[in-house]
Amino acid sequence: MRYSAFRLFTEALRGNRGWQPAWRDAAPRPAYEAVIVGGGGHGLATAYYLAKVHGLRDIAVLEKGWIGGGNIGRNTTIIRSNYLLPGNTPFYEWSLKLWEGLEQEINYNAMVSQRGVLNLHHNDAQRDANVRRGNAMRLQGVDAELLDAQDVRRMLPFLDFDNARFPIRGGLLQPRGGTVRHDAVAWGYARAADRLGVDIIQNCEVTGFRIQGGAVTGVETTRGPIAARKVGLACAGHSSRVAALAGLKLPIESHVLQAFVTEGLKPLIPGVITFGAGHFYISQSDKGGLVFGGDIDGYNSYAQRGNLATVEDVCEGGMALMPMIGRARLLRSWGGVMDMSMDGSPIIDHTPVEGLYLNAGWCYGGFKATPGSGWCFAHLLARDEPHPVAAAYRLDRFAAGRVIDEKGQGPHPNRH
Amino acid sequence: MRIHCPHCGPRGHDEFVHHGDAVPQRPQTDATDAAFHDYVYLRDNPAGLYRELWFHAAGCHSWLIVERDTRTHEIRSVTFARGDA
Ligand SMILES: Cc1cc2nc3c(=O)[nH]c(=O)nc-3n(C[C@H](O)[C@H](O)[C@H](O)COP(=O)(O)OP(=O)(O)OC[C@H]3O[C@@H](n4cnc5c(N)ncnc54)[C@H](O)[C@@H]3O)c2cc1C
Ligand SMILES: [Zn+2]
Repeated sequence: MRYSAFRLFTEALRGNRGWQPAWRDAAPRPAYEAVIVGGGGHGLATAYYLAKVHGLRDIAVLEKGWIGGGNIGRNTTIIRSNYLLPGNTPFYEWSLKLWEGLEQEINYNAMVSQRGVLNLHHNDAQRDANVRRGNAMRLQGVDAELLDAQDVRRMLPFLDFDNARFPIRGGLLQPRGGTVRHDAVAWGYARAADRLGVDIIQNCEVTGFRIQGGAVTGVETTRGPIAARKVGLACAGHSSRVAALAGLKLPIESHVLQAFVTEGLKPLIPGVITFGAGHFYISQSDKGGLVFGGDIDGYNSYAQRGNLATVEDVCEGGMALMPMIGRARLLRSWGGVMDMSMDGSPIIDHTPVEGLYLNAGWCYGGFKATPGSGWCFAHLLARDEPHPVAAAYRLDRFAAGRVIDEKGQGPHPNRH
Repeated sequence: MRIHCPHCGPRGHDEFVHHGDAVPQRPQTDATDAAFHDYVYLRDNPAGLYRELWFHAAGCHSWLIVERDTRTHEIRSVTFARGDA
């Protein structure tokens, strides 16, 4: 079934009784050519591009819970490609280009909204850093504009410009950045992959690997063993645990990040704003809720819920940036478990086990990466060589001394 | 979450700074690159009981070893890092 305005109209007249489930609830078959572990955004996108771009038909996505229940449905929906380092920028820019064509590609309304991402600065040093980053972006073909305080004031008159401690001096704008409705991304990729024959198998947890002579031959699951020639891991916050089942130890820690949504308000915030003096970012959803977040809680956690001290810290950031936010009532907050890597950058690579591939370490920035990650991971699985824009995301870069540390924080996952 | 500092008593966790896994031990200076790589970068990252370092920054400035369940945040024990080696 193709979705279209015409279809929406005729279904409305018929009481919406003609809609079909968007994808099959597949049962596992005994063997596949390729199995993807983890039905989050990255796993589903990988399966889709494996089928679409590389022509594989015999693919399963194994998800221990349900599609959209992980970080893909928990994030604050921001997309951007305003990275500084050469290992990162081409990858995130490719991902942003894929976002720009995604809805036509998968025939699904993901509400891709390029409303701009503005990183504010509050002092000279931060301005210099923004100038440097903006130049680096432009040299690599990414859009970036430096705004002074007047420009920002015209755009966002409600900010606390003359705050005694953190006056707003300007910001770096990426006009093509924005937001995407996160769970629609999971459903859209799931539906598009399903139509190309991919089996999406929910409530199917991978509990072990079958490895013979150093090569993977399949997986053990809660729904029985499944043979596969190639296995790709895309388990986000649980990467370490799943990789440990294959005897691997990763440069990753699991941490919790929280997100917050207020009651619905009239249109107020045009794009995404990030505060430069603390860690706080905010946008407004199409329903009107202010969606915001800040730092991770700071200590290893698999609890999928956050702590009150972080709630206070995030809200203080909001109050320092735009005091009127104190009048909005918070409706909901939640947490998600993420795989924080040792340099803050992801891994898309082979593992020492032949036929076993790793997609991990996305930290709190993996939503924007979803299409690019799926594209590059599919390339690696199908062709056994890294995609050029993801070639720096090697698992051995830590041993080789080629870390990609955007923030220069060193091997401390809780500070990236 | 509250951490019972053996010196100061129960305090909110935001008085403390988290410094990660307490299990890896720095190898001898003549150890192999692989041993240092393991020490600096690789982590067990358990879902369950975890031994971690916390620094009581807004208190007595002690380094502590906390045993905590990463699934529930329940704390099993807190001891001074020094003398616990
Ligand atoms: C609160 C919050 C806000 C965020 N905000 C942003 C943002 O604004 N912009 C941005 O770019 N990024 C953001 N992120 C990060 C982003 O959401 C993640 O990096 C990204 O979603 C991870 O990839 P995924 O979608 O594949 O993960 P997930 O959706 O978590 O998918 C992984 C899946 O693997 C499954 N799994 C795990 N173990 C097994 C197993 N043994 N067997 C089978 N399945 C298994 C899990 O159930 C899960 O569904 C945010 C994250 C959080 C938590
Ligand atoms: Zn103390």
